[in-house]
Amino acid sequence: MRRLLLGLAVLSAGPTVRPSDAQDTSAIDRGVRIGIVYRPGVRPGMVVLPVHAPALDSARIILSRDLDYSDRFELITLPGGDSIRVTAAAPGARPPAAGGAGRTGGGGAAAATTLNYPLYQALGADFAVAVAAGSGDSAIVTVHDVAAGGVRRELRARLPALKDPGFRLAIHQLADRVLEAALGVGGTAATRVLFVMDGKVYSIDQDGADQKLVSSSDHQAMSPAWAADGRRFSYMEFWQGHGRLFLQEVASGKRAPVATTGQALDFTPAFSPDGKTLAFSRATEEGTDLYTVNIKDGCCLQRLTVGRFYDNLSPTYSPDGQRIAFVSTRAGLPQIYVMAADGTDQQLFAPFDYGATGSSNAPEWSPDGQTVAFHRDVGGTLQVFVLDVRTRAVRQLTSVGRNEDPTWAPDSRHMAFVSDRSGYRQLWIIDVETGRIRPLLQKSGARLPAWSPRLPETASSTP
Amino acid sequence: MKRLPLLLLSGLAVAVVAACGGGPKPETPAPAVVNQDSIDAARRAEEERQRAEAEAREREAREREARQRAADSLAALGKSTEAVRTLVATMIHFDYDKAIIRGGDAAVLDQKVAILQANPALRIRISGHCDERGSDEYNLALGNRRATAAKQYVVSHGIDGSRIETVSYGEERPLASGHDEESWAQNRRDEFEILSGGENLKQP
Repeated sequence: MRRLLLGLAVLSAGPTVRPSDAQDTSAIDRGVRIGIVYRPGVRPGMVVLPVHAPALDSARIILSRDLDYSDRFELITLPGGDSIRVTAAAPGARPPAAGGAGRTGGGGAAAATTLNYPLYQALGADFAVAVAAGSGDSAIVTVHDVAAGGVRRELRARLPALKDPGFRLAIHQLADRVLEAALGVGGTAATRVLFVMDGKVYSIDQDGADQKLVSSSDHQAMSPAWAADGRRFSYMEFWQGHGRLFLQEVASGKRAPVATTGQALDFTPAFSPDGKTLAFSRATEEGTDLYTVNIKDGCCLQRLTVGRFYDNLSPTYSPDGQRIAFVSTRAGLPQIYVMAADGTDQQLFAPFDYGATGSSNAPEWSPDGQTVAFHRDVGGTLQVFVLDVRTRAVRQLTSVGRNEDPTWAPDSRHMAFVSDRSGYRQLWIIDVETGRIRPLLQKSGARLPAWSPRLPETASSTP
Repeated sequence: MKRLPLLLLSGLAVAVVAACGGGPKPETPAPAVVNQDSIDAARRAEEERQRAEAEAREREAREREARQRAADSLAALGKSTEAVRTLVATMIHFDYDKAIIRGGDAAVLDQKVAILQANPALRIRISGHCDERGSDEYNLALGNRRATAAKQYVVSHGIDGSRIETVSYGEERPLASGHDEESWAQNRRDEFEILSGGENLKQP
């Protein structure tokens, strides 16, 4: 842990930050890695070339970090440490020095259509990415295939002004397109995480930037949840002793209470993948049970479970909308169950040993449908587990400190969760495949995270 | 609740424990009858012994409460509206991850029953709370069980259910901010709040 914190300190205190980079203060290109698992050679190497214009340089830093956080590349630092300064002093490509301290520009404001590919190959890069200004307010990102010695793809996008709230999202979307161009897989750069802190709902970019308050009332809030289209989210607020569910539009910030809620304690909302239905938990004197409501027409409350002497709560839809995983105390302690979306065919989902396995809670179905993440009490503290939907095998993912409330990124590979591993409870992100872990937000008391799907462009406009 | 007619204190407490779901069985301690159902007894021996122990503790607590209550009811004669309000607001507490009314807290609820009987216009809200150890969202369900357990007790003693609202705040509104058993024990509670009819309260 100490090593990890040290790494962070180095990151944020790195000397690469210049006044003109104020947009973004932690540069990643020093090659300091936060992760514990570091396997060079396993992932393709990538160089993101320096660029000189201030806005583009900010874009490059955000882009580099996104690509690094994708955990799919080994980002390579150009020799010479502060490569930006070096190339600023000596623009243009330059052959590597005899001692191997090859320094290079090659990027620059005018995107190079050809690069010194052998040089980058020698550095271990499989891909080189160049950011350049296009015509008007557009930017061009060129993805070079170093091994093939040519351009893999040229990506163009409108780039809002540096101060525009849409600037960051535009870069994040470019980063996802770079990932798509290089490896043919979808990224998670253009996503945000909702979370609760001090009873309010906040949103933060997946790279830890741009934290924003999205709650618009003084009522204590809980359990934010995204709609699959990324345009809306839902959450619960305490109102006069009731739990009320709200729907809020991302773009306008406008919100409305969900019809048929507000007379009881309604909580843990979950959108069906088609966005027409909201499943939730309702606590009454009979106990807590699962309901659905048609949010398209604001009608048709339906009860899915009848617990009576036990509780059913925390629904999460499978991505095909056919099934709902949930928590039930029917066997005593809360455990993870599954049923058809209409409430039929209820059965145990995550196996447990009666009398031995601790309470299991907070299930979230992964976007690829293959796993369900949840947390389970292990020896008096909580740990994150993953259930394989097909084999129903359960795997423990965390073991350091208390870890809870996992939420999947759209790539079904990254996961945000709450952990006190650093001494206080805060939000972390783990790459399930490599085990690399990074703090999302270094603030105490942040909890109940909900990771968005890939965000549509209109989500960038703010009220 | 079927046992309501017998107004013996112990009978009441047992009825309530039973009403609160999955609680211990009514008295008649098993150990006295040794020669019957030996197979069944063997299978459940350990369980029964634990229950008997728990019940013995509870019985002791009840007897203590009974003595206490006799003294209290005399003292209560001199109580003002303010004092009655304080009695209404007296909290009850729970074991970790449990929603069963403790033996000692039954007397606290008996006081509230008496006050509600003496003041027919009085309406209250019971809010259930949890400590920070469990899951945040599960604790809403647990707090709901705790609030409901207290309401069921009061209703089973003859109070109209429409006079009592319940709500759960889970672990969202802790009283004590520490991260130790002392704080947790304080936070696992039901709070009682007057909704209306609390202006002039008669003594029970």
